[in-house]
Amino acid sequence: MVIFRQAFLREWRLLARQKADWLNPMMFFILVLTLFPLGVGAKPNLLVEIAPGIIWIAALLSVLLATERLFKDDYRQGTLEQLVAAQQPLLPYVLAKMLSSWCSTALPLLLMSPLIALLLGLSMPSWQAVVLTLLLGTPLLNMLAVLGAALTLSADKGGILLALLILPLYIPLLIFASAAVENASMGLSYSAQLAVLAAMLCLALALVPLAVLKALKINVG
Amino acid sequence: MLRCALFFSESAGIVFSATQLTCVRQDRILFEALDLRLAAGELLQIGGKNGAGKTSLLRILAGLTAPDEGELLWQGQPLHDSDFSRQLCYIGHLSGVQPQLTALENLAFWRAAFALKTADDFQLLALLGLAGLEDIPCQMLSAGQQRRVSLARLWLTSATLWILDEPFTALDQSAIAVLQQQFGQHLAKGGSIILTTHQPLSQHFPQARLLELVYRW
Repeated sequence: MVIFRQAFLREWRLLARQKADWLNPMMFFILVLTLFPLGVGAKPNLLVEIAPGIIWIAALLSVLLATERLFKDDYRQGTLEQLVAAQQPLLPYVLAKMLSSWCSTALPLLLMSPLIALLLGLSMPSWQAVVLTLLLGTPLLNMLAVLGAALTLSADKGGILLALLILPLYIPLLIFASAAVENASMGLSYSAQLAVLAAMLCLALALVPLAVLKALKINVG
Repeated sequence: MLRCALFFSESAGIVFSATQLTCVRQDRILFEALDLRLAAGELLQIGGKNGAGKTSLLRILAGLTAPDEGELLWQGQPLHDSDFSRQLCYIGHLSGVQPQLTALENLAFWRAAFALKTADDFQLLALLGLAGLEDIPCQMLSAGQQRRVSLARLWLTSATLWILDEPFTALDQSAIAVLQQQFGQHLAKGGSIILTTHQPLSQHFPQARLLELVYRW
Protein backbone atom coordinates (compact mmCIF):
# COMPACT_ATOMS: atom_id res chain seq x y z
CA MET A 1 0.00 0.00 0.00
CA VAL A 2 2.89 2.30 0.84
CA ILE A 3 4.48 1.36 -2.46
CA PHE A 4 1.26 2.09 -4.31
CA ARG A 5 0.94 5.50 -2.66
CA GLN A 6 4.52 6.48 -3.39
CA ALA A 7 4.34 5.21 -6.97
CA PHE A 8 1.11 7.16 -7.50
CA LEU A 9 2.65 10.29 -6.02
CA ARG A 10 5.65 9.83 -8.31
CA GLU A 11 3.37 9.59 -11.37
CA TRP A 12 1.63 12.83 -10.43
CA ARG A 13 4.92 14.63 -9.96
CA LEU A 14 6.00 13.44 -13.38
CA LEU A 15 2.71 14.51 -14.95
CA ALA A 16 3.07 17.93 -13.36
CA ARG A 17 6.52 18.29 -14.91
CA GLN A 18 5.75 16.78 -18.32
CA LYS A 19 2.54 18.50 -19.19
CA ALA A 20 2.67 17.47 -22.84
CA ASP A 21 2.08 13.85 -21.79
CA TRP A 22 -1.51 14.53 -20.80
CA LEU A 23 -2.24 17.80 -22.60
CA ASN A 24 -1.49 16.46 -26.09
CA PRO A 25 -4.05 13.63 -26.02
CA MET A 26 -6.63 16.03 -24.58
CA MET A 27 -5.98 18.58 -27.33
CA PHE A 28 -6.23 15.77 -29.88
CA PHE A 29 -9.64 14.78 -28.52
CA ILE A 30 -10.94 18.34 -28.66
CA LEU A 31 -9.53 18.97 -32.13
CA VAL A 32 -11.07 15.86 -33.65
CA LEU A 33 -14.44 16.67 -32.14
CA THR A 34 -14.41 20.31 -33.28
CA LEU A 35 -13.38 19.38 -36.82
CA PHE A 36 -16.18 16.87 -37.31
CA PRO A 37 -19.09 19.34 -37.26
CA LEU A 38 -17.17 21.53 -39.70
CA GLY A 39 -16.45 18.60 -42.00
CA VAL A 40 -19.98 17.25 -41.97
CA GLY A 41 -21.48 20.62 -42.82
CA ALA A 42 -24.80 22.14 -41.82
CA LYS A 43 -26.59 18.86 -41.18
CA PRO A 44 -27.40 18.82 -37.46
CA ASN A 45 -29.51 15.67 -37.73
CA LEU A 46 -26.73 13.68 -39.34
CA LEU A 47 -24.31 14.97 -36.73
CA VAL A 48 -26.51 13.81 -33.85
CA GLU A 49 -26.78 10.43 -35.51
CA ILE A 50 -23.06 9.86 -35.83
CA ALA A 51 -22.07 11.68 -32.62
CA PRO A 52 -21.74 8.59 -30.37
CA GLY A 53 -19.39 6.94 -32.82
CA ILE A 54 -17.29 10.08 -33.17
CA ILE A 55 -16.97 10.62 -29.44
CA TRP A 56 -15.97 7.04 -28.84
CA ILE A 57 -13.44 6.84 -31.65
CA ALA A 58 -11.83 10.10 -30.54
CA ALA A 59 -11.68 8.91 -26.93
CA LEU A 60 -10.21 5.60 -27.99
CA LEU A 61 -7.45 7.14 -30.10
CA SER A 62 -6.54 9.76 -27.53
CA VAL A 63 -6.23 7.10 -24.82
CA LEU A 64 -4.02 5.07 -27.14
CA LEU A 65 -1.92 8.17 -27.80
CA ALA A 66 -1.52 8.89 -24.10
CA THR A 67 -0.53 5.41 -22.96
CA GLU A 68 2.02 4.61 -25.63
CA ARG A 69 4.90 6.11 -23.67
CA LEU A 70 3.71 4.96 -20.27
CA PHE A 71 6.56 2.60 -19.41
CA LYS A 72 9.15 3.92 -21.88
CA ASP A 73 11.04 6.27 -19.55
CA ASP A 74 11.24 3.81 -16.70
CA TYR A 75 12.41 1.16 -19.13
CA ARG A 76 15.18 3.33 -20.58
CA GLN A 77 16.40 4.58 -17.21
CA GLY A 78 16.56 1.16 -15.63
CA THR A 79 13.85 1.69 -13.01
CA LEU A 80 11.83 -1.12 -14.50
CA GLU A 81 14.60 -3.72 -14.35
CA GLN A 82 15.24 -2.82 -10.72
CA LEU A 83 11.55 -3.23 -9.95
CA VAL A 84 11.44 -6.56 -11.78
CA ALA A 85 14.52 -7.73 -9.88
CA ALA A 86 12.86 -6.77 -6.60
CA GLN A 87 9.59 -8.43 -7.77
CA GLN A 88 7.42 -7.41 -4.84
CA PRO A 89 6.96 -3.70 -5.77
CA LEU A 90 6.05 -4.46 -9.40
CA LEU A 91 2.31 -5.04 -8.93
CA PRO A 92 1.62 -1.89 -6.87
CA TYR A 93 3.72 0.06 -9.37
CA VAL A 94 1.64 -1.25 -12.29
CA LEU A 95 -1.64 -0.51 -10.49
CA ALA A 96 -0.47 3.02 -9.67
CA LYS A 97 0.49 3.54 -13.31
CA MET A 98 -2.96 2.37 -14.45
CA LEU A 99 -4.88 4.52 -12.03
CA SER A 100 -2.82 7.64 -12.67
CA SER A 101 -2.99 7.24 -16.44
CA TRP A 102 -6.77 6.86 -16.26
CA CYS A 103 -7.03 9.95 -14.06
CA SER A 104 -4.83 11.98 -16.37
CA THR A 105 -6.32 10.97 -19.72
CA ALA A 106 -9.86 9.67 -19.32
CA LEU A 107 -11.05 11.87 -16.49
CA PRO A 108 -10.48 15.12 -18.46
CA LEU A 109 -12.53 13.61 -21.31
CA LEU A 110 -15.38 12.94 -18.90
CA LEU A 111 -15.20 16.47 -17.54
CA MET A 112 -15.27 17.89 -21.06
CA SER A 113 -18.25 15.80 -22.12
CA PRO A 114 -20.91 18.51 -21.47
CA LEU A 115 -19.01 20.80 -23.81
CA ILE A 116 -18.74 18.05 -26.40
CA ALA A 117 -22.45 17.32 -26.11
CA LEU A 118 -23.21 20.96 -26.79
CA LEU A 119 -20.83 20.98 -29.74
CA LEU A 120 -22.41 17.94 -31.39
CA GLY A 121 -25.97 18.91 -30.51
CA LEU A 122 -26.66 15.91 -28.27
CA SER A 123 -29.81 15.83 -26.18
CA MET A 124 -29.72 15.54 -22.40
CA PRO A 125 -30.50 11.79 -22.25
CA SER A 126 -27.85 10.96 -24.85
CA TRP A 127 -25.31 13.06 -22.97
CA GLN A 128 -26.10 11.04 -19.86
CA ALA A 129 -25.57 7.86 -21.82
CA VAL A 130 -22.25 9.18 -23.14
CA VAL A 131 -21.08 9.94 -19.61
CA LEU A 132 -22.17 6.56 -18.28
CA THR A 133 -20.55 4.61 -21.11
CA LEU A 134 -17.37 6.66 -20.83
CA LEU A 135 -17.32 6.05 -17.09
CA LEU A 136 -17.52 2.28 -17.60
CA GLY A 137 -15.63 2.11 -20.86
CA THR A 138 -12.60 4.35 -20.39
CA PRO A 139 -11.05 2.28 -17.57
CA LEU A 140 -11.28 -0.68 -19.93
CA LEU A 141 -9.83 1.34 -22.83
CA ASN A 142 -7.06 2.43 -20.56
CA MET A 143 -6.22 -0.99 -19.18
CA LEU A 144 -6.01 -2.56 -22.62
CA ALA A 145 -3.81 0.30 -23.82
CA VAL A 146 -1.53 -0.20 -20.80
CA LEU A 147 -1.30 -3.87 -21.68
CA GLY A 148 -0.39 -2.96 -25.24
CA ALA A 149 2.22 -0.48 -24.00
CA ALA A 150 3.75 -3.17 -21.80
CA LEU A 151 3.83 -5.68 -24.65
CA THR A 152 5.44 -3.31 -27.16
CA LEU A 153 7.86 -1.86 -24.63
CA SER A 154 11.08 -3.10 -26.15
CA ALA A 155 9.97 -2.48 -29.73
CA ASP A 156 11.61 0.73 -30.87
CA LYS A 157 8.73 2.34 -32.70
CA GLY A 158 5.93 0.52 -30.97
CA GLY A 159 3.13 2.98 -31.77
CA ILE A 160 1.65 1.30 -34.83
CA LEU A 161 2.24 -2.14 -33.41
CA LEU A 162 0.39 -1.09 -30.28
CA ALA A 163 -2.58 0.11 -32.34
CA LEU A 164 -2.64 -3.10 -34.38
CA LEU A 165 -2.49 -5.19 -31.26
CA ILE A 166 -5.09 -3.37 -29.21
CA LEU A 167 -7.66 -1.95 -31.64
CA PRO A 168 -9.29 -5.33 -32.35
CA LEU A 169 -9.87 -5.72 -28.62
CA TYR A 170 -11.68 -2.38 -28.59
CA ILE A 171 -14.29 -3.42 -31.16
CA PRO A 172 -16.79 -5.02 -28.72
CA LEU A 173 -16.46 -2.03 -26.43
CA LEU A 174 -17.07 0.35 -29.31
CA ILE A 175 -20.15 -1.55 -30.49
CA PHE A 176 -21.85 -1.71 -27.10
CA ALA A 177 -20.98 1.86 -26.10
CA SER A 178 -22.25 3.35 -29.36
CA ALA A 179 -25.38 1.21 -29.18
CA ALA A 180 -26.08 2.50 -25.67
CA VAL A 181 -25.83 6.13 -26.75
CA GLU A 182 -27.95 5.45 -29.82
CA ASN A 183 -30.67 3.81 -27.73
CA ALA A 184 -30.59 6.75 -25.37
CA SER A 185 -31.02 9.22 -28.20
CA MET A 186 -34.14 7.33 -29.29
CA GLY A 187 -35.47 7.29 -25.74
CA LEU A 188 -35.01 3.53 -25.27
CA SER A 189 -33.50 1.73 -22.30
CA TYR A 190 -29.79 1.00 -22.54
CA SER A 191 -29.15 -0.81 -19.28
CA ALA A 192 -28.35 -4.04 -21.14
CA GLN A 193 -25.44 -2.42 -22.96
CA LEU A 194 -24.21 -0.87 -19.72
CA ALA A 195 -24.33 -4.28 -18.05
CA VAL A 196 -22.21 -5.77 -20.83
CA LEU A 197 -19.71 -2.93 -20.49
CA ALA A 198 -19.58 -3.45 -16.73
CA ALA A 199 -19.00 -7.18 -17.22
CA MET A 200 -16.13 -6.52 -19.63
CA LEU A 201 -14.65 -4.06 -17.15
CA CYS A 202 -14.79 -6.60 -14.31
CA LEU A 203 -13.09 -9.21 -16.45
CA ALA A 204 -10.35 -6.77 -17.42
CA LEU A 205 -9.85 -5.62 -13.82
CA ALA A 206 -9.18 -9.18 -12.79
CA LEU A 207 -6.94 -10.24 -15.66
CA VAL A 208 -5.17 -7.26 -17.19
CA PRO A 209 -2.86 -6.35 -14.25
CA LEU A 210 -1.47 -9.89 -14.23
CA ALA A 211 -0.96 -9.84 -17.98
CA VAL A 212 0.84 -6.47 -17.73
CA LEU A 213 3.09 -7.86 -15.01
CA LYS A 214 4.04 -10.81 -17.15
CA ALA A 215 4.59 -8.63 -20.24
CA LEU A 216 6.91 -6.31 -18.32
CA LYS A 217 8.93 -9.25 -16.99
CA ILE A 218 9.31 -10.69 -20.47
CA ASN A 219 10.39 -7.35 -21.92
CA VAL A 220 12.93 -6.67 -19.21
CA GLY A 221 14.36 -10.20 -19.09
CA MET B 1 38.29 -20.17 -23.90
CA LEU B 2 36.78 -19.43 -20.59
CA ARG B 3 39.34 -18.98 -17.93
CA CYS B 4 37.80 -18.88 -14.54
CA ALA B 5 38.97 -19.84 -11.15
CA LEU B 6 36.76 -22.31 -9.39
CA PHE B 7 36.23 -21.50 -5.79
CA PHE B 8 35.72 -23.97 -3.07
CA SER B 9 35.35 -22.20 0.20
CA GLU B 10 33.92 -24.19 3.07
CA SER B 11 30.36 -24.90 2.05
CA ALA B 12 28.87 -23.77 5.36
CA GLY B 13 29.16 -20.06 4.60
CA ILE B 14 27.90 -20.29 1.04
CA VAL B 15 24.86 -18.06 0.53
CA PHE B 16 24.64 -17.93 -3.23
CA SER B 17 25.76 -20.46 -5.76
CA ALA B 18 25.47 -20.99 -9.49
CA THR B 19 26.20 -24.28 -11.19
CA GLN B 20 26.89 -24.98 -14.84
CA LEU B 21 25.66 -21.63 -16.13
CA THR B 22 25.55 -21.22 -19.88
CA CYS B 23 24.57 -18.09 -21.72
CA VAL B 24 24.09 -17.84 -25.49
CA ARG B 25 23.59 -14.51 -27.24
CA GLN B 26 23.06 -14.29 -31.00
CA ASP B 27 24.48 -17.79 -31.57
CA ARG B 28 27.60 -16.89 -29.61
CA ILE B 29 28.35 -18.73 -26.41
CA LEU B 30 29.35 -16.07 -23.88
CA PHE B 31 30.21 -18.58 -21.22
CA GLU B 32 29.40 -22.17 -20.47
CA ALA B 33 29.59 -24.51 -17.52
CA LEU B 34 30.34 -21.61 -15.22
CA ASP B 35 30.29 -22.44 -11.52
CA LEU B 36 30.51 -19.86 -8.83
CA ARG B 37 29.90 -19.69 -5.13
CA LEU B 38 29.64 -16.74 -2.88
CA ALA B 39 29.99 -16.83 0.88
CA ALA B 40 28.76 -14.30 3.40
CA GLY B 41 31.20 -11.42 3.68
CA GLU B 42 32.69 -12.05 0.27
CA LEU B 43 33.18 -9.70 -2.66
CA LEU B 44 33.28 -11.10 -6.16
CA GLN B 45 34.64 -8.87 -8.85
CA ILE B 46 33.83 -9.87 -12.42
CA GLY B 47 36.29 -8.64 -15.00
CA GLY B 48 36.66 -9.10 -18.72
CA LYS B 49 36.75 -7.24 -21.98
CA ASN B 50 33.78 -5.37 -23.45
CA GLY B 51 31.36 -7.92 -24.81
CA ALA B 52 32.73 -10.77 -22.71
CA GLY B 53 29.33 -11.21 -21.07
CA LYS B 54 29.73 -9.45 -17.72
CA THR B 55 26.37 -7.71 -17.82
CA SER B 56 24.64 -10.83 -19.14
CA LEU B 57 26.10 -12.80 -16.25
CA LEU B 58 24.97 -10.19 -13.71
CA ARG B 59 21.45 -10.14 -15.15
CA ILE B 60 21.30 -13.92 -14.86
CA LEU B 61 22.60 -13.79 -11.30
CA ALA B 62 20.01 -11.14 -10.41
CA GLY B 63 17.24 -13.40 -11.71
CA LEU B 64 16.27 -11.00 -14.52
CA THR B 65 17.13 -13.38 -17.35
CA ALA B 66 16.92 -17.13 -17.20
CA PRO B 67 20.22 -18.84 -18.04
CA ASP B 68 20.21 -21.05 -21.12
CA GLU B 69 21.44 -23.81 -18.88
CA GLY B 70 22.35 -24.11 -15.25
CA GLU B 71 20.89 -23.46 -11.88
CA LEU B 72 21.01 -20.74 -9.24
CA LEU B 73 20.62 -21.38 -5.56
CA TRP B 74 20.06 -18.85 -2.80
CA GLN B 75 20.79 -20.36 0.62
CA GLY B 76 20.40 -23.79 -0.88
CA GLN B 77 17.01 -23.11 -2.49
CA PRO B 78 16.07 -22.21 -6.06
CA LEU B 79 15.64 -18.45 -6.44
CA HIS B 80 11.88 -18.52 -6.93
CA ASP B 81 11.25 -20.49 -3.76
CA SER B 82 13.42 -18.30 -1.59
CA ASP B 83 13.34 -14.74 -0.33
CA PHE B 84 16.10 -13.91 -2.83
CA SER B 85 14.34 -10.92 -4.41
CA ARG B 86 13.97 -9.29 -0.98
CA GLN B 87 17.60 -9.94 -0.09
CA LEU B 88 18.87 -8.50 -3.35
CA CYS B 89 19.87 -4.95 -4.19
CA TYR B 90 20.44 -4.78 -7.93
CA ILE B 91 21.72 -1.64 -9.63
CA GLY B 92 22.40 -2.19 -13.31
CA HIS B 93 24.42 -0.03 -15.63
CA LEU B 94 21.25 2.03 -16.04
CA SER B 95 20.98 3.99 -12.84
CA GLY B 96 17.21 4.00 -12.39
CA VAL B 97 17.25 7.71 -11.56
CA GLN B 98 14.18 9.47 -12.95
CA PRO B 99 15.65 12.70 -14.42
CA GLN B 100 12.52 14.83 -13.95
CA LEU B 101 12.42 14.12 -10.24
CA THR B 102 14.73 15.48 -7.57
CA ALA B 103 17.16 13.34 -5.60
CA LEU B 104 14.83 13.43 -2.59
CA GLU B 105 11.79 12.40 -4.66
CA ASN B 106 13.73 9.56 -6.24
CA LEU B 107 14.79 8.38 -2.80
CA ALA B 108 11.22 8.60 -1.51
CA PHE B 109 10.01 6.28 -4.26
CA TRP B 110 12.88 3.82 -3.76
CA ARG B 111 12.30 3.84 -0.01
CA ALA B 112 8.79 2.52 -0.53
CA ALA B 113 9.55 0.24 -3.48
CA PHE B 114 12.73 -1.36 -2.16
CA ALA B 115 11.89 -1.25 1.57
CA LEU B 116 14.78 1.05 2.43
CA LYS B 117 15.52 2.20 5.96
CA THR B 118 14.39 5.63 7.06
CA ALA B 119 17.29 7.95 7.55
CA ASP B 120 18.19 11.57 7.19
CA ASP B 121 18.28 11.89 3.41
CA PHE B 122 19.92 15.31 3.56
CA GLN B 123 22.79 13.95 5.62
CA LEU B 124 23.22 10.98 3.30
CA LEU B 125 23.22 13.11 0.16
CA ALA B 126 25.72 15.45 1.82
CA LEU B 127 27.96 12.47 2.51
CA LEU B 128 27.80 11.71 -1.20
CA GLY B 129 28.79 15.27 -2.05
CA LEU B 130 25.31 16.35 -3.12
CA ALA B 131 24.68 18.96 -0.44
CA GLY B 132 22.57 21.78 -1.84
CA LEU B 133 21.48 19.70 -4.83
CA GLU B 134 18.79 17.70 -3.04
CA ASP B 135 15.79 19.39 -4.56
CA ILE B 136 16.68 20.18 -8.11
CA PRO B 137 15.61 17.78 -10.87
CA CYS B 138 18.26 15.12 -11.45
CA GLN B 139 18.50 15.98 -15.14
CA MET B 140 20.35 19.13 -14.09
CA LEU B 141 23.01 17.02 -12.38
CA SER B 142 26.12 15.65 -14.06
CA ALA B 143 26.42 11.95 -14.94
CA GLY B 144 28.61 11.32 -11.91
CA GLN B 145 26.21 13.10 -9.59
CA GLN B 146 23.28 11.10 -10.96
CA ARG B 147 25.24 7.94 -10.34
CA ARG B 148 25.80 9.09 -6.74
CA VAL B 149 22.05 9.57 -6.31
CA SER B 150 21.41 6.05 -7.52
CA LEU B 151 24.12 4.57 -5.29
CA ALA B 152 22.64 6.33 -2.25
CA ARG B 153 20.39 3.26 -2.03
CA LEU B 154 23.36 1.24 -0.80
CA TRP B 155 23.41 3.25 2.44
CA LEU B 156 19.72 2.57 3.07
CA THR B 157 19.17 -0.99 1.96
CA SER B 158 19.01 -3.94 4.29
CA ALA B 159 19.58 -6.39 1.44
CA THR B 160 22.39 -8.87 2.01
CA LEU B 161 23.44 -9.40 -1.59
CA TRP B 162 24.42 -6.45 -3.73
CA ILE B 163 24.74 -6.92 -7.47
CA LEU B 164 26.23 -3.83 -9.07
CA ASP B 165 27.03 -3.35 -12.74
CA GLU B 166 29.89 -0.89 -13.22
CA PRO B 167 29.17 1.09 -10.04
CA PHE B 168 32.25 3.29 -10.51
CA THR B 169 31.27 4.60 -13.95
CA ALA B 170 31.48 8.40 -14.07
CA LEU B 171 32.47 8.64 -10.41
CA ASP B 172 35.49 10.66 -9.29
CA GLN B 173 38.21 9.32 -6.99
CA SER B 174 36.69 10.67 -3.79
CA ALA B 175 33.29 9.17 -4.54
CA ILE B 176 34.91 5.83 -5.37
CA ALA B 177 36.69 5.91 -2.02
CA VAL B 178 33.45 6.66 -0.13
CA LEU B 179 31.69 3.87 -2.02
CA GLN B 180 34.41 1.34 -1.27
CA GLN B 181 34.24 2.27 2.38
CA GLN B 182 30.56 1.41 2.28
CA PHE B 183 31.43 -1.89 0.56
CA GLY B 184 33.81 -2.65 3.44
CA GLN B 185 31.10 -2.02 6.03
CA HIS B 186 28.60 -4.17 4.18
CA LEU B 187 31.08 -7.04 3.93
CA ALA B 188 32.02 -6.68 7.60
CA LYS B 189 28.35 -7.12 8.50
CA GLY B 190 28.28 -10.41 6.61
CA GLY B 191 26.82 -9.13 3.36
CA SER B 192 28.10 -10.12 -0.07
CA ILE B 193 28.79 -8.13 -3.21
CA ILE B 194 29.05 -9.08 -6.86
CA LEU B 195 30.23 -6.28 -9.12
CA THR B 196 31.74 -5.67 -12.49
CA THR B 197 34.39 -3.06 -13.01
CA HIS B 198 37.32 -2.40 -15.27
CA GLN B 199 39.41 -0.68 -12.70
CA PRO B 200 41.12 -2.55 -9.85
CA LEU B 201 39.63 -1.84 -6.45
CA SER B 202 41.77 0.73 -4.68
CA GLN B 203 40.86 -0.46 -1.24
CA HIS B 204 41.98 -3.87 -0.04
CA PHE B 205 39.19 -6.27 0.82
CA PRO B 206 40.35 -9.43 2.60
CA GLN B 207 37.68 -11.61 1.04
CA ALA B 208 37.71 -10.31 -2.50
CA ARG B 209 38.02 -12.56 -5.50
CA LEU B 210 38.27 -11.93 -9.18
CA LEU B 211 36.43 -13.82 -11.88
CA GLU B 212 37.80 -13.05 -15.29
CA LEU B 213 35.47 -13.71 -18.21
CA VAL B 214 37.32 -14.22 -21.46
CA TYR B 215 35.89 -12.97 -24.73
CA ARG B 216 35.01 -15.97 -26.86
CA TRP B 217 34.27 -16.17 -30.54
